[in-house]
Amino acid sequence: MTGSTVFLPTTGGGPVSTTPVDAVSLEARAAALCTRSIKTTSKQAALHTTIRCIDLTTLEGTDTPGKVASLCQKAIRPDPANPAIPSVAAVCVYPEMVEHAVEAVVGTGVIVASVAGAFPAGMSAPAVRVADIADAVGRGAGEIDIVLNRSAFLSGDLGRAHDEIAAAKDTCGAAHLKVILETGELGSYDQVRRASMLAMAAGADFIKTSTGKLPRAATHPMVLNMAEAIRDYADQTGVVVGLKGAGGIRTAKQAWHHLVIVGETLGTDWLTPDLFRLGASSLLNDVLMQIQKLDTGRYSGPDYVTVD
Amino acid sequence: MAPTDNPPEPFGIDYAPAPESTAVVNIADTYGHFINGAFVEPSSGATFPTVNPATEAHLADVADGSAEDVDRAVAAARTAFEGPWGQMSGSERGRYMFRIARQLQERSREFAVLETMDGGKPIRESRDLDLPLSAAWFFYYAGWADKLEYAFPNRAVAPHGVAGQIVPWNFPLMMAAWKLAPALAAGNTVVLKPAETTPLTALLLADVLLDIDLPPGVVNIVTGAGATGAAIVDHRGIDKLAFTGSTEVGKAIQRAASTRRIPLTLELGGKAAHIVFEDSAVDQAVEAVVTGIYSNQGHVCCAGSRLLVEESIADQFVERLRHRISMLRLGDPLDKNTDVGAINSADQLQCITDMVATGVAEGADLYQPECDLPDKGYWFPPSVFTGVQQSHTVAREEIFGPVLTVQTFRTAEEAVEKANNTPYGLSAGIWTEKGSKILWMTEKLRAGVVWANTYNRFDPASPFGGYKESGFGREGGMHGLAPYLHERTGVTGGGA
Repeated sequence: MTGSTVFLPTTGGGPVSTTPVDAVSLEARAAALCTRSIKTTSKQAALHTTIRCIDLTTLEGTDTPGKVASLCQKAIRPDPANPAIPSVAAVCVYPEMVEHAVEAVVGTGVIVASVAGAFPAGMSAPAVRVADIADAVGRGAGEIDIVLNRSAFLSGDLGRAHDEIAAAKDTCGAAHLKVILETGELGSYDQVRRASMLAMAAGADFIKTSTGKLPRAATHPMVLNMAEAIRDYADQTGVVVGLKGAGGIRTAKQAWHHLVIVGETLGTDWLTPDLFRLGASSLLNDVLMQIQKLDTGRYSGPDYVTVD
Repeated sequence: MAPTDNPPEPFGIDYAPAPESTAVVNIADTYGHFINGAFVEPSSGATFPTVNPATEAHLADVADGSAEDVDRAVAAARTAFEGPWGQMSGSERGRYMFRIARQLQERSREFAVLETMDGGKPIRESRDLDLPLSAAWFFYYAGWADKLEYAFPNRAVAPHGVAGQIVPWNFPLMMAAWKLAPALAAGNTVVLKPAETTPLTALLLADVLLDIDLPPGVVNIVTGAGATGAAIVDHRGIDKLAFTGSTEVGKAIQRAASTRRIPLTLELGGKAAHIVFEDSAVDQAVEAVVTGIYSNQGHVCCAGSRLLVEESIADQFVERLRHRISMLRLGDPLDKNTDVGAINSADQLQCITDMVATGVAEGADLYQPECDLPDKGYWFPPSVFTGVQQSHTVAREEIFGPVLTVQTFRTAEEAVEKANNTPYGLSAGIWTEKGSKILWMTEKLRAGVVWANTYNRFDPASPFGGYKESGFGREGGMHGLAPYLHERTGVTGGGA
């Protein structure tokens, strides 16, 4: 299409093109989807699906083996009083914490994801970024979350932005690669759409909104925009890519409207941990409180769920 | 629900029912006309039923207005015009109008539920569109009531007197608000006739008018069908006529009105072209095309009923369109997740059914998604015709239902030529990211409203109205005040 950017997927096949995005209409569509009224059995299903898709995250300079062990226990058994509550999809930690997390979740089905590649800015030499990724994979991470090189992307060096992702994908081996676009720094929905296509063409298994370090992260229109990019990519290449929203998702209601947006845009096939994740820390407890409310008819309160 | 060992089903988009409660509305068994500040029995004693088109349930019996009833209403309006309303200052008129606006906001849920029950439109639309816009219209024109001398500087303007207003069934309350607000702001009194299939929200509005102590006779509401409307059109005590509805009835009104000197505004049918270029924001264009034709079941005079898509992207665009249409949720209009509600009446359903049959017979390809239509009520699935030619009936005539036709074009000139090749000229839509193309197109398109990279967007400050057989006169903005005023001569002083 005229004026659009074209990428050649590293996996082969013909070129893929991007389309412009109309911001006003995109936001209106997202707002309309957020009026979907999710009640009773749908709410119960949404809350369980949300938990199953959570990447329970701690990315602090103060993280310790003890803190990570506690997080992992919460990930495996979110509500000790209710065995019907499923485990979350993954825990997401810094590379230094990967081995502790792997030890804690072994045999439970919970995956250990690690940020890597000079997270969160990505402002290191390509070789350093690759080495960081290799280190995290070597420690046992099953999934690697890296950032798009925004410096390269915004300065117009799309080749470098692309090649760094492709190199990361090679380094990951069997580990899944999630590429964080850091949407809050890209300036427009058009740029996010373009960055989404670039990341997918470079081999991302997932595209992810944000590091969680910045505001204006996983907003509903942003997730809708990226879901539409994923649909575009699948239509053009047949390749199915996952979507991870992260940053600012704190309430169950926000989360189920993300499910609505993805479900009505990409289809319910996407609403599994294989293709959809929500990166969050405080979200899980709000979901647990909502489930308690559905089960008992009463709101309990934050003292009736565990802090970690 | 008790805790269970069985995990729930995976989340799906076949959402559990989320019906809006009807407990908030209180529908009487029978309604009289609202004349001179009170509900009165019809002179003939005749009534007609109004039903819920989604269930065919009987909602109420409503007075059938005779010429005698219209005469009483006009007399009451005349008295109010010569009495309190005519002598009132503009700022005081504005205060009444602000009160109406605030009451519509405060009682918006009640109005929205009633609108959906009587008309069949999804509650999402009556709640998020009809009610906010109805209130906005009163707020906006309330602000003009004491500023007429600024709207028409150096001209002495005065209200006509008694305005006769006939409104349609597609946006019953909103169309009443569009008509009443400028008329009242300008200082006229009104005899309003809501459509026969959807009279209930206008009658609930009468309740609001009583609550806010609007002087008796300023707004009179006479219910009935075509004969009642004709009695208003023919009444010699009416000083100004305004009609929104079909082109056919609009022509009849203009014929009748032409026998005497009376100002007239008509907002009639449309067959809008929605033009999508290959350099558009495609996903948003798909969305706009879908909401442009399927919202309110296509019962919209400015509906984007003709999609003109650039041939180079037509196949992909239609494929995406079909997918999107397959996601529309048709069903109980009171369910908060319903996208497409019930057809307004059995008669309208028959019209749509006949038109679609004509389209098939003339050789266009019909696509309808698989969807279960409820057993009771009036329903029609969202429909798309591809392979449509300019000469096909479905591309020429207004269907006023959830039916889209798809044609292609090669150049912008061709798009304009096809878009303008219609007796109508109400609205058009353009989707392109290229600003200069938008400007070029808007100069060429013969349509009263041209939306660029959006569709069906309304604001009380923005004039709306048509060319050609879509009518004349504008509603909204300062332009919407003008038809309710005339220039005085031989008087001193400025404002009304």
